[in-house]
Amino acid sequence: MSDVYVLGTDMIKFGKFPDRTVPQIAAEAALLALDDAGLTIHDMEALYCGNLMQANAMVGQRVLQQIGQTGIPVVNCANACATGATAFREGWTAIKAGLYDVVLCVGVEQMAGAGLLGGGGGGKGIPTEGLLGSGTMPAVFAEAGMEHSRKYGTTFEQFAKVSVKNHWHSTMNPKARYQIETPLEEVMNAEMISYPNTKLMCSVNVDGSAAAVLVSERKAKQLGMRRAVKVAASILTSDRFTLRDLTMPDVNTCTREAAKKAYEMAGIGPDDVDLIELHDCFATAEILHYENLGICKDGEAGRLIDEKQVYLGGRIPVNVSGGLLSKGHPLGATGIANIYEVATHLRGEAGKRQVQGAKVGLTHVIGLGSACAVHVLEKVAS
Amino acid sequence: MSEAAAAAKKPLPVVPFLKIPEKGDPYLEGLRCSACKTVFLGARDVCAKCGARKQLEATKLSNKGELYVYSITYRSFPGIETPYVSAVVDLEGGGTVKGNLIGIEPDPKKIKMGMKVDVIYKIAPRKDREGNEYLTYYFQPAKS
Repeated sequence: MSDVYVLGTDMIKFGKFPDRTVPQIAAEAALLALDDAGLTIHDMEALYCGNLMQANAMVGQRVLQQIGQTGIPVVNCANACATGATAFREGWTAIKAGLYDVVLCVGVEQMAGAGLLGGGGGGKGIPTEGLLGSGTMPAVFAEAGMEHSRKYGTTFEQFAKVSVKNHWHSTMNPKARYQIETPLEEVMNAEMISYPNTKLMCSVNVDGSAAAVLVSERKAKQLGMRRAVKVAASILTSDRFTLRDLTMPDVNTCTREAAKKAYEMAGIGPDDVDLIELHDCFATAEILHYENLGICKDGEAGRLIDEKQVYLGGRIPVNVSGGLLSKGHPLGATGIANIYEVATHLRGEAGKRQVQGAKVGLTHVIGLGSACAVHVLEKVAS
Repeated sequence: MSEAAAAAKKPLPVVPFLKIPEKGDPYLEGLRCSACKTVFLGARDVCAKCGARKQLEATKLSNKGELYVYSITYRSFPGIETPYVSAVVDLEGGGTVKGNLIGIEPDPKKIKMGMKVDVIYKIAPRKDREGNEYLTYYFQPAKS
């Protein structure tokens, strides 16, 4: 089977675009990625489009109506917060299968005004939010964090430090929604949403899009490998049965399985990874994933953030883009925006936030319900 | 009052796994897989753990349990009173249930993960559009 390469990738600066349609927002990133690859829509053999909130509305086809209706097959993907990564992986799978040599993957979401997510309930009877606990996303991930506190004594302050780090990182990323530093006291004293997640520890609802052009090895060699980035692993898992998963979504087991398989597929271990973009939908979640992705032993995640090992310049920088906490989290775009971030570092083009000498990077997303996608990207030896 | 009117006054269960028997106290019902012993909430035909079919048997869940984890929700949807303690409780003998923890201050210094809790039943402070009352469950710190 052919290796698969990212030949072009880009994202728009995340923000709020109430006057634009979802396909218009997606089209911008798609054109940027095509330009980055030095190709046109006429070179694309298929389109994989990730979008959650208009999952029934043929977003991919409407993107082509914006950028060129060439009649290629279009697959629209929805997989909660793993939507973009799933669309990317569908493109990867098709090239692996030998169906195509060049495909376009686009992720997009228009979130502004979506407000608090989860816990909607509805249907028969009475709403159960606030009666049978909380199904809101800040609460669900607060509880996931509290499980870590219960096991290892992780503190509110340690969770808050994640947000300090990611907001600092975002000051170096012009494409992040915000470029504002948030000192620890400010994070901890911000409006409490669901203890222990304050407002500054919740990801930002933004509009955004990201895209990638994937090519086979044959095509990459033909077009030039100079800026190509190898997709060394692509793994998708769902939530294997665990004791409390149906009451309290288990984001750990599916991540651990995805990471283990991804390291195996790439033939590397966690120590070989130079940077990680992981799913910091809430500050509590990031702490869990240090251990889930194997960059420290179980119970050491609090120490990792205390010692700044996960800062830019540290042992293993995490979310140097600013993460979902500050770059923003447009659900369907997030998985491909992570790919863009890591690819940009492997190409040595990340500017002030460049992870020096980066050769291998990992991306991770979790869609609650649950879907976990992990990708490993490698710099092409030159 | 006619029998029909009296029956209409009977509260409805907040969730299908809360059972209100004609006689006796309300309780939470689980389904236990006779093959692997896993306990589920709500109707199903197949065990999600082992895949066994048609081997799920109704079982009355305990009203005693232990607080596994919690969060304190301050921001919720419009019209929902805050703060409240959202709690995940492991019941004695099996079953993990989510609900509000009441009878304790919503303060991380007061709430201890691992503390014993009781399941209690009360009329919910909300009605549906038709004005029906609902019986709901809460967790509260164990009396003994």
